[in-house]
Amino acid sequence: MKNHYQLLIIGGGPAGLAAATIAAKDGISCAVLDEQPTLGGQIYRAIESIPEQRAKKLGSEYRRGKNIAEAFRLSDAEYYPNTKVWSLNNQREVGILQNDKASILSADQVIVASGAMERPVPFPGWTLPGVMQAGAGQILYKSAGIVPDNGVVLAGSGPLLLLLAWQYLHAGVEVKALLDVTPLSNHIGALPKFPRALLAHHYLTKGIGYQIALKRAGIPMLFGVSDLRADGDGVCQSVGFKHSGKQKTIESELLLTHFGVIPHIWLTQSAGCKHQWDDSQQCWRPEHDEWGNTDISGILVAGDGAGINGARSAEHAGRLAGLEALFALGVINQSERDNRGVKERKWVRGERHIRPFLEKYYQIPKKLLATDIDETIICRCEEIAAGEIRQAVRDGHDNTNQVKFFTRCGMGPCQGRQCSNAVAHLVADESGKSVKEMGHFRGRPPVAPLTLEQLATLKQEVAE
Amino acid sequence: MFKQLSEGQADNVEIILNGQSVLVSRGISVAAAALSHQQRFTRTTPVSDSKRAPFCMMGVCYDCLMVIDGKANQQACATYVQQGMRVDNQQGVGPAMENG
Repeated sequence: MKNHYQLLIIGGGPAGLAAATIAAKDGISCAVLDEQPTLGGQIYRAIESIPEQRAKKLGSEYRRGKNIAEAFRLSDAEYYPNTKVWSLNNQREVGILQNDKASILSADQVIVASGAMERPVPFPGWTLPGVMQAGAGQILYKSAGIVPDNGVVLAGSGPLLLLLAWQYLHAGVEVKALLDVTPLSNHIGALPKFPRALLAHHYLTKGIGYQIALKRAGIPMLFGVSDLRADGDGVCQSVGFKHSGKQKTIESELLLTHFGVIPHIWLTQSAGCKHQWDDSQQCWRPEHDEWGNTDISGILVAGDGAGINGARSAEHAGRLAGLEALFALGVINQSERDNRGVKERKWVRGERHIRPFLEKYYQIPKKLLATDIDETIICRCEEIAAGEIRQAVRDGHDNTNQVKFFTRCGMGPCQGRQCSNAVAHLVADESGKSVKEMGHFRGRPPVAPLTLEQLATLKQEVAE
Repeated sequence: MFKQLSEGQADNVEIILNGQSVLVSRGISVAAAALSHQQRFTRTTPVSDSKRAPFCMMGVCYDCLMVIDGKANQQACATYVQQGMRVDNQQGVGPAMENG
C-alpha cells in the first residue's frame, strides 16, 4: 500500500467498484478501501463466495453484482478489504485502520461511496433483543445462509420488506405477517407521481410480482398499520399494533423492521462537505453535481451515500465520478469525459423515474419520525428517551447539537448514527421549527471509535 | 431465533461461545454465529443493564459489542469466526483490558 494515491475510493459497493473499474483502466494509481472482508457492499454482500443455490434464491437483482465484481477484478485498481476509514478531511487525507494499526493516506481525488444505512425509526420496544432491522436479516441470509427458524414478523415501510418476505418465502421461512405502516393517504398522494414511475415499469412489475407470490402463499399482509410496538420480558416476545381500528398482537420472538434507507454521511460530514435536507427522501445528503463533485475540491460522492437512488443507479453514478476524477487528474479531457459519460448520465436519469413515486408512496409519517410516546428510547447507546429530549427543548435547548450536549444523546459508541435523525425530528416537532433548520449532529473524526492503543500506532508511523 | 440453512457440505470451525463449544460455518461473523446458536442476547447495557442483541448487522449500531478472545467492545457483526475463538456476552462496559 502506498501512502499517496491519485484516486482513493472509499467503499466497495456498486458505486465504488464501478468508479474504480473505469478509472483504474487509464493507468492511474487507484485504491479501493472497504471495511468489509469481501467486496460488493451491503447490497451484493458475499457476491463472490456465495453458494449458487443461495444466490438463485436471492433473485436476479442480487446476481447482477457478479458482473460488477468480475469487471472490478480485471481492473488495475488496488483493493484493501478489512480497512476501516475513520477520518477524511478537506485536504483529502484519509485515516484508516487495518489490523489494529492506524495510518493516514492522501489522495489527489477521493470518491466517497459510503452507501446507505437503514433509517432508524424509534418505536416502543425497538431496543429489545429479537427486534432487528430488515437489512440485518438480509445480511445474515446473504453472507451466512442464516434465516429465522421460529417465524418472523416483518414491519415498516418500503420495497425491501416485500423483497425480504419473498426471499424468506423461498427459503422456507415462516413469515407470520407483513405489517405495512405506510399511511393509506400516501397511496393517493403518490398517484400524481405514478405516470413517471411507469417509465421504470420493471421495478413496478417486480414489486407486484412479490405481492402476488406472498398473497398466494397465504402470508398475511396488513396495510395502514399504526402504533407498532415490541413487548416482552427483557427480550421480544410479541408484536403489538393497530389495524382497522383494532388493537392486535402477534406472538413472535423476532421482528424485523424497515423504514427506508438513508445515506451514510458521517465521512462527508466530518470532511466539511455541504449537506442539504432532502424533503422527498426525508434525509440529509451531501450536495453534489451530476458528476459527483461536492463543494470541496477533489472530494466526490457516488451511490446511495450521495442520495438514495438504488444499486443500479449507484453503478452508473460511480462511473461518472470515476470519469470526473480522471478529468480532474488531467488524464482525459472534458470532451472525452462528456462523451464517455453520455450513457451513464442517461441511465442515472432513467433510474430516477421510479423514485418520486416510491418516495411519496413510502413516505414515513411524522408521527413515527417524531414519536409522541415519551418512554420510547431514542438514543440506544446512552438510553435517552423521547420525553427527555422534549423536556430539553422545553428547557430552551432548541437545536439538535445543543440537545446532544445537554442530554448525551448521540454521544455513545454509534456516535449518533441511530438517533441523529430522530433527535432532529423531535426537536423540530417540540420547538415548532422545521427539520431542515435543526441540522444534523456535527460530525467529527474519528467517525468510528478507535482505541488509544490503535491511535498510538499512528504516532509511531509518523516518527518513522 | 435463527438457523443455518444446510447448503451442501459443511465447512465448520469450532468456537467457544459463552463457555460452550459450538461448530459454526467458516467465514461467518461472530454475531451471525451467536444468533444462530440460541443466544437471545449478546450483551447488557452499561446504563441500565438491559439486554441487547445485534440490531443492524452492518457495523453502524454498535449494539453487537461482545468480548472476543478476552477483548471487550468488539463489534461481533464485523468480526469473523476463527478456529478456537472465545466469544462471551459482554456485561456493561466489559472486563478491563489485559496488559493495561
